[in-house]
Amino acid sequence: MISALLKRLGQTLFVLFGISVLVFLVFFATPGADPTSRIAGKNASPETMTRVRHEYGFDRPLPVQYATMMKKLFITRDLASYVDRGELVVPEIVRAAPVTLSLATGAAVIWVVASVAMGTVAAAFRHTWIDRSLMMLGLIGISIPVFWLGQVANLITQARYHDTWLFSWVPGLGYIPFLESPVGWFRALIIPWVVLAVLFIGIYGRVLRADLITVSGEDFMRTARAKGLSPTRVLLVHGLRTSMITFVSLFGLDFAQLIGGGALLTEVVFGLQGVGRLTYQALSNLDLPLIMASVMYSAVFVVMANAVVDVVYVLLDPRVRDAR
Amino acid sequence: MHADVPLLEVQNLCISFRSHGRNVPIVENVSFSVNMQEILAIVGESGSGKSVTATAIMGLIDTRDVKITGSAKFRGQELIGLPQKAFRQLRGRHIAMVFQDPMTAFTPVYTIGWQIDEQIRAHERVSKSEARARTVQMLGNMGVPDPERTANRYPHQLSGGLRQRAMIAMALSCNPALLIADEPTTALDVTVQAQILDLIRNLRHDYGSSVLLITHDMGVVAETCDQVMVMYSGRVAEFGPGDAIFAQPAHPYTAALLDSIPPLTGPRPTRLPSIAGSPPSPSERPAGCAFAPRCNYSHKSCETVPPLVTYGQQSVACVLPVEGRALPSRAVTKDLA
Ligand SMILES: Nc1ncnc2c1ncn2[C@@H]1O[C@H](COP(=O)(O)OP(=O)(O)OP(=O)(O)O)[C@@H](O)[C@H]1O
Ligand SMILES: [Mg+2]
Repeated sequence: MISALLKRLGQTLFVLFGISVLVFLVFFATPGADPTSRIAGKNASPETMTRVRHEYGFDRPLPVQYATMMKKLFITRDLASYVDRGELVVPEIVRAAPVTLSLATGAAVIWVVASVAMGTVAAAFRHTWIDRSLMMLGLIGISIPVFWLGQVANLITQARYHDTWLFSWVPGLGYIPFLESPVGWFRALIIPWVVLAVLFIGIYGRVLRADLITVSGEDFMRTARAKGLSPTRVLLVHGLRTSMITFVSLFGLDFAQLIGGGALLTEVVFGLQGVGRLTYQALSNLDLPLIMASVMYSAVFVVMANAVVDVVYVLLDPRVRDAR
Repeated sequence: MHADVPLLEVQNLCISFRSHGRNVPIVENVSFSVNMQEILAIVGESGSGKSVTATAIMGLIDTRDVKITGSAKFRGQELIGLPQKAFRQLRGRHIAMVFQDPMTAFTPVYTIGWQIDEQIRAHERVSKSEARARTVQMLGNMGVPDPERTANRYPHQLSGGLRQRAMIAMALSCNPALLIADEPTTALDVTVQAQILDLIRNLRHDYGSSVLLITHDMGVVAETCDQVMVMYSGRVAEFGPGDAIFAQPAHPYTAALLDSIPPLTGPRPTRLPSIAGSPPSPSERPAGCAFAPRCNYSHKSCETVPPLVTYGQQSVACVLPVEGRALPSRAVTKDLA
């Protein structure tokens, strides 16, 4: 157990190291990325350039620069942005993280519940009109661009029908911290959750239906029917439970990706200052410290999510349990 | 229940699947019956429709492209066309089934014991612990060592032989009157195979069950069965008591199958005679006797489908006995060896 944890920790550190080196090197290999001129401002005198270069350590060898950056990011936590002079990067991430976490978690709850229901019902009624309409809905969900859906939702709930009883409860765009007001938090996020979840409901519902139908041809499903179990029990207890193994691994990847900033479009449309937005901002400004910080943050989450998926996997599949 | 009324009586069972807009007959006019405490073997090469026959009797064919006609009466109750709801009362409780591959027949994510408990509790109002007690007892009866612990193991943790024993324990857990075993030993190695067959042979004494044993191995039949039905290409080739069929096969196909049994003792021949050619695919069955293209005796009168005629104790779908050219009787290898 301890050794497994240590192994996992070692892997995490290795992954973080690899990614950070990569980000670092790619940044310095990008043409026009030289941060000196950006920091010094347009038409800065050569003396200013030299001063800035020296002050920020850009004249030192790359490994030293890398080590300094890592020290500032992880140990002293005073890494500052290149763009807004003085703005510390770590607190910025810490401020954005709860927003993204709330957004992704809520959406995940909705999409898991809805897609399991949708996939199971569709598989149970396969080849009937129920199945076909559910799958059609799923396909629509997959094809709708999330920013468009978000804009329409905003148009309806914020503008057109905001004054009717139906949507008068919807607060203005933006995030309300949970600790400040749980109800406000929920109200502010419920629409973004649904909008973000729609795509995933479509994908997961379809994947689950296909899995359930594949599984229904398995020998053990025939055994379950031969035992005299009800079709519902066969489908849920034997089929769904077995199909969950694929579902979970898919979920782990998508969820980690969202936590790591993948919900950018949703964040932008709903005015949520989350990690996705922060990363986008950093990238468009070529702001290495912020890029580095947000990439490290999301890498940590991806690794953690994978660890959680592995644990759930072991719980779900006894074969995996014995394989290690 | 009278002993002279068959437990299962199948008459003119026809099964066809629709594929590419065409009805392809898979099983044609199959009739047989299983009496109380009797073991009936269905023998035939791969693709002869054995499994389809069994799954149709169990109501387990679930494609909508299937057409089943004829009759299959279990204790007088018609099974063909029986609604699934009524089938559920029978399945697992009165008719149980054991499948070919024990590796894949258990749900991988539950323990063996859990799955047997599930079947018991699906049919009887018993508590969890009562069900488990019975599970453990059944596993023990089936020769599973340390049944308490084995019940708590997952399918992948058991060997093929143990899994098949557990499968049979599960099938018998509600004391069914009829056990359908579809090639229960094909996936197992020879020693385990013999043990499982032993188990099946003793079922009628220990549990009073009848068995419908599906196999493609005449050797298995010789060791276990009372009645034998030989199927070829979806039709009955020969039906009758095992002894009679082994002593004097009336259908050239049966004779050829018997020739391919390896001797139980003595030196194994380097090559067993096997039947040349392969059975026709269901969509390309010849108009007459389906075996004719591979038969040494085929002649003009084989161009029409031979009717099932009575010959000695068996019935046979071949023109030879009618034409007075019956196959010679043979020494019963089983006893001489
Ligand atoms: N659901 C189905 N749809 C169409 N054809 C089928 C279906 N199930 C079985 N068949 C066909 O029926 C024929 C007989 O199959 P079956 O499984 O009964 O053979 P078998 O005698 O059990 O052979 P084996 O020894 O290989 O188990 C095969 O040609 C198969 O292709
Ligand atoms: Mg078969």
